[in-house]
Amino acid sequence: MTPVQLPAPNIMSDTAVALTLVLLALAPLAIAGVALINTGLGRSRSAAQALLGSLAILAVAAIAFLLIGSTLTGTPSDPGHSFHLAGKPWNWLGAGPLSLAGLSTAPIQSQLELLFEFLAVALAALIPWGTGADRLRLAAGCASAAVLAAIVFPLFAHWVWAGGWLSQLGVNFSLGSGFSDPGGAASIHVLGGIGALAIVWITGSRKGKFPKEGFSTAMPGHNAVYILFGCFIALVGWLAFNMAGAVLWLHAPLAALPVTAINTLLAASGAIAATFTVTRVRFGKPDASLCANGWLAGLVASSASAAMVTPLQSLVIGIVAGILTPLLVEVLELAVSIDDPSGAISVHAASGLWGLLAAGILAGPPGQLVSQLIGVSALLGIILPLVYLLFYLLNRVVPFRVEADGERIGMDLHELGGGAYPEFVIHRDDSYR
Amino acid sequence: MKYAGLLVMPAGFFLSVAALVLFPSPTLRVAFVLCGIGVEILGLVVAVKAHIEPRGQTNGEPH
Repeated sequence: MTPVQLPAPNIMSDTAVALTLVLLALAPLAIAGVALINTGLGRSRSAAQALLGSLAILAVAAIAFLLIGSTLTGTPSDPGHSFHLAGKPWNWLGAGPLSLAGLSTAPIQSQLELLFEFLAVALAALIPWGTGADRLRLAAGCASAAVLAAIVFPLFAHWVWAGGWLSQLGVNFSLGSGFSDPGGAASIHVLGGIGALAIVWITGSRKGKFPKEGFSTAMPGHNAVYILFGCFIALVGWLAFNMAGAVLWLHAPLAALPVTAINTLLAASGAIAATFTVTRVRFGKPDASLCANGWLAGLVASSASAAMVTPLQSLVIGIVAGILTPLLVEVLELAVSIDDPSGAISVHAASGLWGLLAAGILAGPPGQLVSQLIGVSALLGIILPLVYLLFYLLNRVVPFRVEADGERIGMDLHELGGGAYPEFVIHRDDSYR
Repeated sequence: MKYAGLLVMPAGFFLSVAALVLFPSPTLRVAFVLCGIGVEILGLVVAVKAHIEPRGQTNGEPH
């Protein structure tokens, strides 16, 4: 199956509009699922701060995107800032109306695209929050979300979704249909995973995570039920994101949507089956939190490819993501001392990159793989250093890491004055050696 | 070294983009794009190694 690349219709059919609206109303379940998983993977003494932080980040990202980001992102029908190089236009920044002025009279497709972007930016901004669990301050989480939503996401989303240079690689350089990312594998997940890496580099590890001698300290998630139930909720949101993305960015006919949904489910299924097997072989028993990471990794990989591949190909993409994820989680922790409680770097960044490459290898017309490689190159070469620089500067203004005492008593008590589970007995923490 | 690694990464990106402009031949284009990504991975490895937290640094200070 090849990507559906029809000319952008001037008017979506009423059925397509209604269906896309319903899908976008379900898409926030992906955000809810990720928030629940992140909360479960953190400690019980930081659970309320983690979930409140998720809500706050969603709100801050939406406001920052309204005030600044939406103008810089734009939609395919908005003008953009371009320069000419080698006789080709390079559209690098959007020039949409300020603060969504005139939105109510804009074409319905543009309104739906903006709604998709609002939900996408909220999910992207939420991803680093899980990585900073148990030591990232609420104010810092909100400030980093504002930076991502106002500057970084708009830049890359414009390149991919709003007529930017990456989306025009097919027209300008005959590279397939241009960089393709209908479900947000790059714009949401790799970008969020890059933010997670920058957060962990700047905040450092949790206290006691890497003792002087011996292996790193295991700090398991406090609630496996949250983690696994979050996986179910996330599936609904991902189905919605992938199908809505196929309609909006690939102009896929409605008849192509059931296959997109089936591919999404198969990628997640293949991934969790693979992670289950890998952890069973590695540790003797399947690991619940790593299996949840595997499930999410399959969903993330499907974001790039579900609308463009066959069901069997989607299953294979998921299996590869499910094998890579637990191994990468282990390597990052044991070999390079990266303390990532939610596994966001492996799940969102690495699996997103794999999905983008798999879409180019398996699904595209000639040249599509090169388009995907250029997109990956932009993520690693521009977005990662930019995010690190912005977070580094932000850390000078709003310190990311909580004081040592706050980490000791827990983020709930320190930042909110009360715990998520006030009637539970809090056990002594043995990890401080 | 962490900043050196992060500075090398944009260089890899510009190598990839230069391949688009300079080489119409698909083979050369792919080769140079892959070289660009290789440079980026090199920069990433340097940055990751420079950020490795010394074992026993349990005070949790940023590194």
